[in-house]
Amino acid sequence: METLTFILHNLPAIGERTVEHLSIVGVAVGVAILTGVPLGIAITQSQRIADTVLYLGSIVMTIPSIALFGVLIPILSKIGQGIGWLPAVIAAMLYAQLPIVRNTYTAIRNVDPALRSAAIGMGMSTPQRLARVEIPIALPVIVAGIRIAVVINIGVTAIAAYIGAGGLGTFISRGISQTDIRQLITGALALGLLAIACDYALLWLQRRLTPKGARPRAA
Amino acid sequence: MIRLDALSKVYATPQGPLAAVDEVSLEVAEGETCVLLGPSGCGKTTTLRMINRLVAPTSGKIFIGGRDTDAADPVELRRTIGYVIQQIGLFPNMTVAENIGVVPHLLGWSSEKRRRRAEELLAMLALDPAQFLDRYPNELSGGQAQRIGVARALAADPPVLLMDEPFGALDPVNREVIQDEFLRMQRMLRKTILFVSHDIDEAVKMADRIAIFRAGRLVQCAAPDTLLARPADAFVAGFVGSDRTLKRLRLIRVRDVMATVDGPGAGSGPTVTPDDDLRRVAALFLTHDRDALDCVEADGRVVGRVTRAAVAARLAAKAIQ
Repeated sequence: METLTFILHNLPAIGERTVEHLSIVGVAVGVAILTGVPLGIAITQSQRIADTVLYLGSIVMTIPSIALFGVLIPILSKIGQGIGWLPAVIAAMLYAQLPIVRNTYTAIRNVDPALRSAAIGMGMSTPQRLARVEIPIALPVIVAGIRIAVVINIGVTAIAAYIGAGGLGTFISRGISQTDIRQLITGALALGLLAIACDYALLWLQRRLTPKGARPRAA
Repeated sequence: MIRLDALSKVYATPQGPLAAVDEVSLEVAEGETCVLLGPSGCGKTTTLRMINRLVAPTSGKIFIGGRDTDAADPVELRRTIGYVIQQIGLFPNMTVAENIGVVPHLLGWSSEKRRRRAEELLAMLALDPAQFLDRYPNELSGGQAQRIGVARALAADPPVLLMDEPFGALDPVNREVIQDEFLRMQRMLRKTILFVSHDIDEAVKMADRIAIFRAGRLVQCAAPDTLLARPADAFVAGFVGSDRTLKRLRLIRVRDVMATVDGPGAGSGPTVTPDDDLRRVAALFLTHDRDALDCVEADGRVVGRVTRAAVAARLAAKAIQ
């Protein structure tokens, strides 16, 4: 009851924190898409390079986010950005890479070799083949990777509150330091709802982007 | 129209270099269908894929219409060659109309022109354009999809078609139907066709000439009747089968062996028409225990007579031509 009152009294603040949170996740995932999708496509050309890139991506995923922030602080301090928005975006962007690169790579690799053969045999250049055949077919799986990246990033960004990046994690960090259960629950609830909402929105997008001919047919 | 000149493809393997295609020379005249036939791994598909440069030859030359294909840009070259594969390879993200329009699109045709062409081809393949143009490949049966695959290869009206076991994935009934349709179409279109198959019956049916491959080498290249009558060696004889004489019966028409008769024939019993092949004649000889049959035109006029002796003489004559 207390918590509900707290939430109702702090709706504008919650809204503000949500926007902060989404700005970090949005920019990070946006940059990760612009870099990860081309990278995922590029590494389909060489098994060896692909293995290396995906291995490096997995290593990044194993670093705890709080440790990554710790590493970024001294580096970014050199340009006076040790804490705040920029390190949060950079860390989130790094965590978003692997799911996007891996899904893009897997999706393109899994395009039926007969389709590739047909496309080349009919006289498509490589960019034409990617644009007209391989990427449209791979798109649902690529978007699935983006969904994973977004959900991971909502969690990572919550922790970024500790380096002063703002966002919904602020409620949790303050709730802990002030032993205020109302703020803790508010933060946890808002983060959970945000993650679910984003996941569903992207699931809808994923279905929309699935080529009609590749959708499961109604019986 | 197509000339292969000492074409070779050598792959490096741990056991040393392996010639998948070994000095193959072959000429296919304009409007001719040449079937590349052989067991799997004999180099027939590799040969085909070198023609549209999906595989780069190790040595040798390929000329299409007198032009050395080494001099052409591979992407431009492929747009002038129709390509049909066994897996069909229709793009699942495109409708039937869009699939057929792929090469025309690459060549810069307008969208109305592409759609008109797709309609025209569907009609030619006995598929109702109104019903099929906007379907997706997953809404087609195997036979329908393969017809669309053929339509797509013909879309930009290329003079040359390469077909890699195009009807291999179909059930026997459907395969016969599509083969017949395709033969009818080919009589109209007169494309220069290289057709890969491992099925001797299909080869005999479709080919003007059959090129038999073994371990990367071209063993014999001849008209089906010649090949069946005079296999070059034991391998070819084994490959075409011990029933090769029966297979020849399909290639010979009644009109080729009948003795002309004016006036009434024997009058009773089963009859054949001049366009029937000798399989029907042989079947009637056996089932009715006859030595001769009347040959009747569609209007009922008896025009000839076909006898066991004439059939035997025709089979003994080593080949037509």
